Amino acid sequence: MSVIVKEAGRAISRADERAPISSLLKANLRKVFPDHWSFMLGEIALYSFIILLLTGVYLTIWFKPSMTEVVYNGSYAPLVGIKMSEAYASALDLSFDVRGGLLLRQIHHWAALFFMAAMVVHMFRIFFTGAFRKPRELNWVIGGSMFLIVLLEGFAGYSLPDDLLSGVGVRIVAGIIEAVPIVGTYLMFFIFGGQFPGNDFIPRLYTFHVLLVPGILLALIGLHLILIFYHKHTQYPGPGRSNTNVVGFPLFPVYVAKAGGFFFVVFGVTALMGGLVSINPIWAYGPYVPDQVTAGSQPDWYIGFLDGMLRAMPNWEWEDFLGRTWSWNIFIPGAVMPGILVGLLLAYPFIEAWVTGDKREHHLLERPRNNPTRTGIGVAAIVFYGILVINGANDLIAITFNLSINQLIWFTRIAIFIAPPLAFLATRRFCLGLQRRDREKLLHGRESGQILRLPHGEFIEIHTPISDDEKAVILSKEDYPVVAAPPATDENGVRTPGLRAKRWRARLSRAYFGDNIQKPTPAEIEAAAHHSHEEHDHEVEELHAGGKEVPAVLGPDSH
Amino acid sequence: MSEKTSTELATAEHHGEEPLFPLPPHRHRLTDTDPRAARRAERQVATMFVLSALLVVAFVAVYVGVDVRSTLNLGPFGVVNASNLLLGLTMGGAILLIGIGAIHWAKKLMSDEEIVDERHPLGSPKEDQDAALEAFQTGVAESGFVERKIVRRSLIGALLLFPVPLIVFLKDMGPTDVNVLRETLWKKGDRILVDITLQPLRPEDLNVGTLVSASPEGLNEVQELEHTQNARAKASIILVRMKPEEIRSQQGDNWDYQGILAFSKICTHVGCPIALYQQRTHHLLCPCHQSTFDLSDSGNVVFGPAARQMPQLPITVDEEGYLVAADGFQQPVGPSFWERG
Amino acid sequence: MTSSSVRRHKATGLAVLLVGLLATGFGYAAVTGTAQASAPTANASQIEAGKKLYLEGCATCHGLAGQGSSDGPSLIGVGAAAVDFQVKTGRMPLAQPTNQAPRKAPVYNDEEIAALAAFVASLGAGPAIPTAEQVDTEDANLAEGGELFRTNCAQCHNFAGKGGALSYGKYAPSLMDATPTEIYEAMLTGPQNMPNFPDASLPEEEKKAIIKYIENLQQGDSPGGLALGSLGPVTEGVFIWTAGLGLLLAAAVWIGAKVR
Repeated sequence: MSVIVKEAGRAISRADERAPISSLLKANLRKVFPDHWSFMLGEIALYSFIILLLTGVYLTIWFKPSMTEVVYNGSYAPLVGIKMSEAYASALDLSFDVRGGLLLRQIHHWAALFFMAAMVVHMFRIFFTGAFRKPRELNWVIGGSMFLIVLLEGFAGYSLPDDLLSGVGVRIVAGIIEAVPIVGTYLMFFIFGGQFPGNDFIPRLYTFHVLLVPGILLALIGLHLILIFYHKHTQYPGPGRSNTNVVGFPLFPVYVAKAGGFFFVVFGVTALMGGLVSINPIWAYGPYVPDQVTAGSQPDWYIGFLDGMLRAMPNWEWEDFLGRTWSWNIFIPGAVMPGILVGLLLAYPFIEAWVTGDKREHHLLERPRNNPTRTGIGVAAIVFYGILVINGANDLIAITFNLSINQLIWFTRIAIFIAPPLAFLATRRFCLGLQRRDREKLLHGRESGQILRLPHGEFIEIHTPISDDEKAVILSKEDYPVVAAPPATDENGVRTPGLRAKRWRARLSRAYFGDNIQKPTPAEIEAAAHHSHEEHDHEVEELHAGGKEVPAVLGPDSH
Repeated sequence: MSEKTSTELATAEHHGEEPLFPLPPHRHRLTDTDPRAARRAERQVATMFVLSALLVVAFVAVYVGVDVRSTLNLGPFGVVNASNLLLGLTMGGAILLIGIGAIHWAKKLMSDEEIVDERHPLGSPKEDQDAALEAFQTGVAESGFVERKIVRRSLIGALLLFPVPLIVFLKDMGPTDVNVLRETLWKKGDRILVDITLQPLRPEDLNVGTLVSASPEGLNEVQELEHTQNARAKASIILVRMKPEEIRSQQGDNWDYQGILAFSKICTHVGCPIALYQQRTHHLLCPCHQSTFDLSDSGNVVFGPAARQMPQLPITVDEEGYLVAADGFQQPVGPSFWERG
Repeated sequence: MTSSSVRRHKATGLAVLLVGLLATGFGYAAVTGTAQASAPTANASQIEAGKKLYLEGCATCHGLAGQGSSDGPSLIGVGAAAVDFQVKTGRMPLAQPTNQAPRKAPVYNDEEIAALAAFVASLGAGPAIPTAEQVDTEDANLAEGGELFRTNCAQCHNFAGKGGALSYGKYAPSLMDATPTEIYEAMLTGPQNMPNFPDASLPEEEKKAIIKYIENLQQGDSPGGLALGSLGPVTEGVFIWTAGLGLLLAAAVWIGAKVR
């Protein structure tokens, strides 16, 4: 053991003569990270990315990004003699004639699905706990941008093998691009090197997929992690935790082992899935031919919401007086709505900061119930997204549950407007209820479920005081004041500048915090304790003190 | 707290500095107090690492010993590739065990006493900020960027134009003649060939309710010549036959031939090939976004996101009695585009 | 089928090899057995017996003379193949009017079905039940079958023959239980909303190739592992969000949990 330490020390000092590595290690080796399962969701995404880089490099060894037509002559019998692109043929070859090639391909694809899914749940955690607040707004924007970039990257990877399913997906994307007003047709020509499908798309997409996007992602992930290190991780409220400290375990050795170990867990699970569960069986789809298609042509799950939107959209198309075509039926769900959704996502931290006027740093996470409007917005967004994803699979749902796709589309068209607001209201109410219960707990303790009959015949329920741990969590709640709208003019009759914006802010502020249940003040807690003591406690105590058995305790223990 | 005003929110740098309740006392784990438990955990971790190493050996054995084409019948799970399954199991198991072992080690044997780091203000100290501003000011002054207006403005102009070549390069990514989108291979007299078998069709080859996927003669030659599937992506059609009295309307007078109708196979929504023809209802359903066209009624849209009717190809027979196009398509096929009109 | 059993030569165990060969053999026997059983020879007494069965079980909807009614289409000219398909797959007689007649256990036995088919064939000329030779796929081209399948069948029945949705609650059924004769008959006659593919536009040779491809699909080869229903990316997405992410979240909870 001592040899290891000695050798490491020597290595460090040799390195130190060239770069200040000791300072770096001093600052970071024992850096504290808080422990919580929900802090590991982003790690899943990071590790999936590393797995994707690793397996992707291997796939490039055999994959040929070319649309040149070849005749397949490999070992997959049902396709022998069929004409196909070199891309598809090489994807088949690496699946069937390269040892471990299929495994690498399947690990790569499963890791991509993990990557997106982990990013989504990671984003939920950040959103619902308010971890995007100052000073982490930039990191939210970086994360949100990466979500969008990975979505495109995933689609590119899914399209590269040039199989029938992905080819249809590319055809759809070409159709969406064509629907962009003014420049759409040219954009399509530029991307495909002419008409669809052309000969250029796969090679161009390949460079995008293996070089351009991974490079951008690497840079953004680096920045994301540097900011996490610099800001230090947020933590949940609890005893001993405050906004100015961070409580947890040191990077070395605990997180090297835990987070490092988790990388191996993620990689191991993905590799097992690659061996056990089939994903994207390109050989079963056949090569892409523009006049062939399969029932249930769906994209990977993360594109599903787009497909669901395209399906649900009514068939609005205009031809203006100049004979120009406005394909609202495609442009709105294919480009406008995704743009708006991503815009709102990236802007959210700034919108909320503007409403609260809060310029302070937040390192202590907010419990979702303590910001019912934000939580409601989040749940409404999930419901909105969920309905679209489900509609993207409506044909499979119809055939599985004996429903009609036409009914399902009408259901989506209506539910997409009704369900998210309902989810918002229900969530908000639920959060306020939880706030009320927290207040009760602080003032009167927890309902024990034990009913006590007092000597004079009255029944009371015994409330047991809550633990300090729980108090610390509940008391972490911040009560934001509702911002009042300024008067239209000041005392001199001068119009208040920016009046409209300020009124909007007041309105939003009331929507956010107007209904919040105020946390009890220390005086209230004191008074409540005193009051309950007056009322009942001394009688209970007397009974205990008298050495008598408590007369009639009814409750969970008594039956 | 509740009395705090928004101005205070805006200015207070920190809040909640002191924890309201102290950190609970550290509780020892069994492995901290019982050396036997610690040794047991140690053995467990080591076992996992050893197993992992053994699985790597097994992986290499599978790689060398199992043919890449061999299969395993797993009953209800289907017939799977043995090489893929065994390579995945050994590789995944080996990697997973390292992870589980390391985490187990951290949880059971490494210190689990929580430690506290203080946070420090994130920004640079005030004097650094001042010094940075001063350095910048000095630089600006030395460069003369403010006074020398001509230099400044001409530089800005040059920098604004500098990316232009990078954008101009993109121009040759593709041609820009949109009219190709209006054309298909179909022209008057082209024989209609069945896809794959490439046989020409006579009217009597189709019964009422028959569906045929077809394309124009010469398509394969064009494809060979152009080395692309562009022509196929536009020229593909379907033929259906219904009783003449069932045809309620068509896109042109007598564009059918004895109840045989030809329509483009490419959806007018975003271009998926459609052939989900329901012969009783004469509906054509797109599998991608469920646009539904009524082929007995000019191919009009009856449901879904597509806005335009399915283009119809007028057909007739040639002197040898084979079905041919009576003319090309009279409107662009496939998805709408800006210049379509 | 033979080519895939050749491919199994280096399987990991002799037992697996044997099981695979036996399964293939039994499957082959079952397939050819059904095919051979379906060549009817019509004669007057059979037609008479069929008429009796028809009047009892079918005439209410299809009319006393097979002319059809508001409840059922005309059977004149649909041929023996249509009857054999509809009745043998249990689709007819219909239990109750629905969007689409589902596959169920047949009501009539093979002899009765042959009689019914003979009677309906006597009403007007139509496609006959394919002979054993017509559904013998021994020499058919598997790869061409795949191409034809993707051009003509996959759009409704899905790339793996698992079926798919049509409009207003109708659907293209799964092909996993269909026998070669049934597939041939369905292509000839176009049951319900399925279009028909007569021999003139899709010759016998091509039909055999398609049947061979479907037989290949029915074997359930899934080189990559568990096939998740062969329904494409949707079930893969469901899998990653349930089993996949579930497993990793469980691991995360384990990592974050306090040890006693």
